[in-house]
Amino acid sequence: MINLNIDGIDVSVEEGKTVLDAAKKINVKIPTLCFHEDLCIAGNCRVCVVEQEGAKGLIASCAMPAHEGMKINTNTLKVRRSRKHIIELLLSEHNADCTKCYKNGSCELQELANEYRTGNQVFLDLVQEKNYTIDQSSPSIMKDDSKCIRCQRCVRTCEQLQAVSALAVANKGGEMKISSFFDKPLHEVVCTNCGQCINRCPTGALIEVNNIEDVWDAIYDENKHVVIQTAPAVRIGLGEELGFNPGARVTGKMVAALKRLGFNSVLDTQFTADLTIMEEGTELLTRLKKALVDGDKSVHLPMTTSCSPGWVKFIEHTFPEFLDNVSTCKSPQQMFGALAKTYYAQKRNLDPKDIVSVSVMPCTAKKFEADRPEMTDSGYKDVDYAITTRELAIMIKQAGLDFMELEDNEFDSLMGDSTGAATIFGATGGVMEAALRTAYELVTGREVPFENLNIQPVRGFAGVREASIKIEDPVDDWKFLDGVELRCAVAHGLRNAKELMTSVKNGKSNYHFIEIMACPGGCLGGGGQPIPTNQEIRDKRAAAIYEEDMSLPIRKSHENPEIIHIYNDFLGEPLGHKSHELLHTKYVKRERY
Amino acid sequence: MAEKKQLKRVDIIFTEECNFKQVLSEALQRSDDEIIQSLLDSGLRGRGGAGFPTGMKWKFTAQEEADERFIICNADEGEPGTFKDREILFKVPYKVFGGMAVGAKVIGAKEGYIYLRGEYKFLLDDLQKQLDDFHKLLDELGLDFRIHIVTGAGAYICGEESALFESMEGKRGEPRNKPPYPTINGYKGKPTVINNVETLVYALTICRLGAERFKSLGTNDSRGSKVFSISGDTPIPGIYELELGMTLENFVEEFGDGDTKSVQVGGAAGFCVPRKDFKDTIIGFEGVPTGGSMMLFNSSRSMYNVIHNYLEFFEEESCGQCTPCRVGCQQLLLGVEAVKRGDKPISYLDELLKLTETMKLTAKCGLGQSVANSFASIVDNFKEEMIY
Repeated sequence: MINLNIDGIDVSVEEGKTVLDAAKKINVKIPTLCFHEDLCIAGNCRVCVVEQEGAKGLIASCAMPAHEGMKINTNTLKVRRSRKHIIELLLSEHNADCTKCYKNGSCELQELANEYRTGNQVFLDLVQEKNYTIDQSSPSIMKDDSKCIRCQRCVRTCEQLQAVSALAVANKGGEMKISSFFDKPLHEVVCTNCGQCINRCPTGALIEVNNIEDVWDAIYDENKHVVIQTAPAVRIGLGEELGFNPGARVTGKMVAALKRLGFNSVLDTQFTADLTIMEEGTELLTRLKKALVDGDKSVHLPMTTSCSPGWVKFIEHTFPEFLDNVSTCKSPQQMFGALAKTYYAQKRNLDPKDIVSVSVMPCTAKKFEADRPEMTDSGYKDVDYAITTRELAIMIKQAGLDFMELEDNEFDSLMGDSTGAATIFGATGGVMEAALRTAYELVTGREVPFENLNIQPVRGFAGVREASIKIEDPVDDWKFLDGVELRCAVAHGLRNAKELMTSVKNGKSNYHFIEIMACPGGCLGGGGQPIPTNQEIRDKRAAAIYEEDMSLPIRKSHENPEIIHIYNDFLGEPLGHKSHELLHTKYVKRERY
Repeated sequence: MAEKKQLKRVDIIFTEECNFKQVLSEALQRSDDEIIQSLLDSGLRGRGGAGFPTGMKWKFTAQEEADERFIICNADEGEPGTFKDREILFKVPYKVFGGMAVGAKVIGAKEGYIYLRGEYKFLLDDLQKQLDDFHKLLDELGLDFRIHIVTGAGAYICGEESALFESMEGKRGEPRNKPPYPTINGYKGKPTVINNVETLVYALTICRLGAERFKSLGTNDSRGSKVFSISGDTPIPGIYELELGMTLENFVEEFGDGDTKSVQVGGAAGFCVPRKDFKDTIIGFEGVPTGGSMMLFNSSRSMYNVIHNYLEFFEEESCGQCTPCRVGCQQLLLGVEAVKRGDKPISYLDELLKLTETMKLTAKCGLGQSVANSFASIVDNFKEEMIY
């Protein structure tokens, strides 16, 4: 342990901890901007400076390792004046149109400006000097350079967590800015729309393209029938924006709120998550049969999941040679959209042109996915608007609802029923677990051999996890799988995904099935989820997801009565003709920059 | 009263060595501890400007546990007004290589690098030829060491040691957080000695001649001699090796044009000394330190133009990563312009001086920290020129 003294208080921390960590331990708050728990240290904003006895200048507490005997003062004239100067300098470069800003009230710079009461503008306004631009090219992410404080959190997120590097630093001096390859619009570069940069941007420089007004317009349009689907991770995240602590399960209140907002039908993406399991599970078994029984060399294994649109765009850019390995299944959002304007329309006797299909997602890449030109198999745009968990929270506030006091309500029927297997889609490893629960049982007639159906090896937050499950004594249809060890891997965050796929590419691993989620933690840590995010928060959200799974009466996708019904009534069978038409898709190779 | 020396020309750096093989061979035969002790005894401090004791640098690096260590010659000579490293590399490159080889032996490096300023690419072919000869010499002497030349791309910041490592590693040239220092975590994260061109030549000389001769020159705080790049309003601009510890008065008598108003010591990152302070200002670490740049200004020069030029330089050459330097430099530049135009009151200069104080205290590297030096010394001493 290292012993130091901060503001006259003795404190001990483990070796390798910083002065900032030590200060936190004794509840001394040091302001930070470039620091983020998920990212490597930058030490570039300098707002966390403190005074160290004997040191020439001030030190950046986020970047300074604690050493034995250090004497630190966090509140001296020099410290206070310097911090205030730094905040004022940042404000002089910053387009402080706070009342018009999407991040008004949740901006870290605004909070500091308020704390330090930087009322009178001391320095010259540099905003006028710059040719700041707003990049509105992406359907998911809006980048406004005039709000940027160059903390590089987004750059580190994109490089360190996601291995995408769509965002990078360009130029130097006063011209220094966060840019993309040759300053091309975000929509033309390798950006996967994952939105992790948004989750870590301290200001309004990176925000989601919001569709709040579009959705309100649809709701108020009497000629439209507006259906909303809600993704699994929304129900364990939404509460954070509306007064609950991280990890609160607010499914019933969310449904109640959506009904109060005026949606005609409140349905569940989890229904199509279950459907995805039926389709994707069958696809996997079919690929295995072709490979193992028919000896078909053209079968592509391992098969990877396709529910994460950030992952799909990543593989299109980074590993186009593996596009045939990606499951052809559309994501649950898009399956839902295609069915909303076909099956649902038929059953409800509605003209699909009058249906507006809205999704609420923990994700910003879902906006891009909804806009993909191939996502129109219903004859219409399958999903009209994808809004984030954060956008929904704004709508709930706008409607004046006291969310915490709402009575729980239930999803409407017809595409509203789901299972625990669908809930866990929201956590990394969840799709794998749900698929194994169903596939194993389909093949052997027995439940997966894990206590309470909880397949622990695929859970948790290790970057890449592996599991294998031996198939013994299968039912007659699947005799060829007898003795086969089904090898699976799970990765979350695109850096881990890249590592896993590189090992597959180099022939170093021979999996049958791989689940990949673009975001750290899976959808629960999605780019559309409440801000802030860190490991502690993601742990709590994951715990909530698994609690929700345990609380549901049905926990296997193939036992969802509405799923059984839709196959009998409409789709026929998994991978059948109708499924192919509505529920499956294809991918395109994209450029590497 | 600090010890003062009279101006004295010295000839160490550029002396031709007729038997360089013997010089190097003798230096390499001394034990590592002996060499480090000589460097420590000599009082040699880095000649790039910051003045860190060279012996300590070598000692710390040698002490680190590591599978690999490097020695790097910082030839990214970018400080406005210095051009002495260019001359050293042009005239006596083998001495620089020799200093690196001795350093490599002491710290246990197998690879060394010369990071050559992008604008000095014209030296490259000749340097490479001489380097090939030098490698043959090393083979004869049995030292397993190779030097590679890497060129910069024109950014001033890459002369900052940790930004230089980043640049060499193929990354954007941005200074790192310190600690850890290069002696622990340098190029490729390995213990690294990084020395200025001139420092390496003095190190070789000290290895050969011992500490005493070097130590007999200069003052307590500033031992030895130093190569100066002298420019501006002087009838005899050029490169001079002088004993450290002379006063500016002494210096101006020799190099001034009879009308010297001020001398900028240490380049844009250094200090401006006005005529009234010449008498009491020593050129050296106890007074005004310099990496070699000495710019003389006579009464025909506007000090507003001088500081404006420096600020334009800093505003452009800041890497832009840390707030105080990136935004501070812009504010200073536009701020002096606004005062000059009359858009801001004279008292705004005081706000700017406070800002430079913050930059000095909080900037991440020497670039941002040293903007205060020229700004405060020019604005304080020539306030009327800032306004009228």
